[in-house]
Amino acid sequence: MSTNHDVKVTVNGRERTGTVEARKTLADFLREDLGLTGTHLACEHGVCGACTVIVDDRAVRACLQFAVQVEGTSITTVEGLATDGELNPVQRAFMNEHGLQCGFCTPGFVVSATALLASNPDPSDQEIREGLSGNICRCTGYQGIIRAVRSAATEMRASQ
Amino acid sequence: MSMTSATPAARYIGQSVTRKEDQRLLTGHGQYVDDITLPGLLHAAFVRSDIARGAITRVDADAARALPGVVAVYTWSDFHGGFGASWHAMLGEELMVPPPLAITDVRHVGDPIAIVVATSRYIAEDACDLIEVDIDAQDAVVEFSTAAEDTDNLVHAGWGLTTNAMMAVPFTPMSPDLDQAFDDAAHVVDCTIRQNRYVCVPMEGRGIVADYSTGRDELDVVCSCQSVHETRNFFSRYLQIPESSVRVSARDVGGGFGQKMFVFREECAVVLASRLLGQPVKWIEDRHENLVAAPHSRNEQGVVRLAIDADQIIQAITIDHVGDVGAYPACPAVMNPQLLPGPYKIPRLGFSMNMVWTNTMGKGAYRGPWMFETTAREMAIDNAARVLDIDPIEFRRRNLLAAADLPFTSPGLQVFSEITPLETLEQALEMLDYDAFRAEQKAARAEGRLLGLGCSVYVEPTSMSGPTLATEGATIRVESSGKVVAFLGTTSHGQSVETTMAQVVADTVGVRYEDVTIVQADTQSTPYGPGTGGSRTAVIAGGAARQAGEVVRDKIVQIAAHHMEADPADLEVSNGVVSVAGTPARSMTVKEVADHAYRFADQLPADLGAGLEATVRFKPTRFPTWSNATHLCVVEIDRDTCVPHVVRYIVSEDCGRMINPSVVEGQIFGGVIQGMGGVLLEDFVYDSSGNPLTTTFMDYLLPTTTEVPEIEIGHIETESTTNPGGYKGMGECGAIGAHAAVANA
Repeated sequence: MSTNHDVKVTVNGRERTGTVEARKTLADFLREDLGLTGTHLACEHGVCGACTVIVDDRAVRACLQFAVQVEGTSITTVEGLATDGELNPVQRAFMNEHGLQCGFCTPGFVVSATALLASNPDPSDQEIREGLSGNICRCTGYQGIIRAVRSAATEMRASQ
Repeated sequence: MSMTSATPAARYIGQSVTRKEDQRLLTGHGQYVDDITLPGLLHAAFVRSDIARGAITRVDADAARALPGVVAVYTWSDFHGGFGASWHAMLGEELMVPPPLAITDVRHVGDPIAIVVATSRYIAEDACDLIEVDIDAQDAVVEFSTAAEDTDNLVHAGWGLTTNAMMAVPFTPMSPDLDQAFDDAAHVVDCTIRQNRYVCVPMEGRGIVADYSTGRDELDVVCSCQSVHETRNFFSRYLQIPESSVRVSARDVGGGFGQKMFVFREECAVVLASRLLGQPVKWIEDRHENLVAAPHSRNEQGVVRLAIDADQIIQAITIDHVGDVGAYPACPAVMNPQLLPGPYKIPRLGFSMNMVWTNTMGKGAYRGPWMFETTAREMAIDNAARVLDIDPIEFRRRNLLAAADLPFTSPGLQVFSEITPLETLEQALEMLDYDAFRAEQKAARAEGRLLGLGCSVYVEPTSMSGPTLATEGATIRVESSGKVVAFLGTTSHGQSVETTMAQVVADTVGVRYEDVTIVQADTQSTPYGPGTGGSRTAVIAGGAARQAGEVVRDKIVQIAAHHMEADPADLEVSNGVVSVAGTPARSMTVKEVADHAYRFADQLPADLGAGLEATVRFKPTRFPTWSNATHLCVVEIDRDTCVPHVVRYIVSEDCGRMINPSVVEGQIFGGVIQGMGGVLLEDFVYDSSGNPLTTTFMDYLLPTTTEVPEIEIGHIETESTTNPGGYKGMGECGAIGAHAAVANA
């Protein structure tokens, strides 16, 4: 039978530990073991981006990582983006620009967009589109999403 | 009680207010079905057929049952005799949900054969791999256009049927002089239009947590669905327990688009498993299952004939139609032939219709399930314009209905009023700058570039009647704090219902938007509603919310008038304050009124009952509520790669008075991209043996940020008189118009 492994990670600034099977995905570890159900699973084969989380400053798909692979890392999930209940600029822009409808893909989008703007604070429209092309939304036709990321970038640069 | 006060001026209606849903959804605190955990929760997975048609000769689950963590493996014999009726009120008693598991044969790839219940999803899937199934494969019926003629291979031979035709309507002329019109026509142009199979693909797949308490004989269900009340009623019949013993809720639902309107056979299996085990069971489908085994859509074909006179006036339209409903349709949604003439002055109509079974995944609803009439007509009109070498826009102008032509009764017996087909066409053309575009196109063609324009004009029957659909209920309560709660029979799978209905309630009652909460999608607390779908929420639930709000506002005024010793006719309610018109200093807050309604109710006069609450059921004055739109699409095709690129996309639409313009536009954006995806990227493909070939997002391609154009939207607001707010439905419109517009371009 399977062997369990101890995992220690920092998630949203808090140290968390767990004991998992080697095959347990990071997404399932976050959702089931840590109770962080904001990370959603929509394809489980690495195409749709709904499960995107930030691992050591890199946006990764939590469905394609095993929990044991993130030992010792620092992870930010959608639950960790807001500070004391105050939305981060990307979340706020999604709210203002109608960047979400059913909300299921939204955690992946706001995490991806937050990571995108951290690495490229002044993206062109084409760079925004390419930066988010690994996330699928079925409700919005991406219109509000693209507007939101553009507006968040502007706001973040203005407040620098 | 008499109606005493006028409806306050709109303060929130018409505004793109911040959505009430957003804070929780943006911070990862939505509650979707997979987020539910319960003590003792078990996890289910299905063994499904990988053969399209054949007899099951052996199922060996011994190894699976022996796997540690496996609690049960059930096949048909475990469920046989354990359930009652399996029909939906909306669809009628004849169309039953298929048995929860295959009985003796399989009829499509994905047909569920066994359900495994285990302590984790991982173990349940391990166990599925250990189950051996032998199937004696037979030739599958895959191509639907010839399926009706195939009498050797029958999808439902197991039911004793001798044909693959589910329904055949022979050619029916709706006009006595139809043949004459074709004989007299200067031009008769026919063409075959085929719309491919593309599917809803909600980002959250299907899922259910079923918790049957054997001690109490009660079922508690959380599921990803579009109708909690119909799901409750279904399981009440299915388990033969009273409705009050079944609770169904769905806090957040990650998209539906029609796919989640009805109860699925897998959900039945999960409920039966929970009852047999006396433990809660969760099933969350994976993407492969959603693509292969959740209801499919579109996949229709028609031969369209147009009779056109010398003045380019269309004198008649006919279609010979065939639509694929798969093996087990969730609902046999196909083209509505009565809408084939669409928003045109075409005086004559004839049609035949065929719905055929095939050994493929069954059909369900998808955003405008009847919409093949628009695809067929609009593509046929462009085709005729090409054949006759005339401008397709000018051709439409000559034939479209304008507001001045209304009311108009079509040969399909549809009575149109309060629509603006020609007006939306003109607005869209102005947004495009049509003449400038044609000049640009001419120059581009001269350079060898392939630049095209597609057009699509349609009328949409929103808020239809029919079984269960005609009404919605609303209960509005002012709590003792002065906050307002509206309980609605709706669900929301992305439509912003908590926001738009709060706007309606806030304006009607006269309180702040921030002080209104919408409670929905819980059968325990909300009035019956058939579900969110069919573009019916704004019109029907909005009508109910408004009428209930008016009753509550009147009672607020009555109580305030009593305490302020004022004439009710002089009082207005606004921003949570009741005041004497023209004398704002004389006022009391709605919170103070609520105090009198609850805490000090004994001091109220006898004719003013305690409490501040009203329940109404609303029915529009007529059905349907028509909305309409024109889509224009500009496409350039790369000569070297043959890849089409959508350069511009313009929509001019008339959905009556808009409650929230951002929400309206969001619905259009999403629908347009779904229709565009169906033409340019999405295609669910079976091989000739009935094997699905597009079973992942790497094969079934959805539009992403790099493929979508910026969509430009123009509005015409012609208020509808079917409901007091002047609203029209519009949730399906984008998806209805986009297919033909993109294909024509």
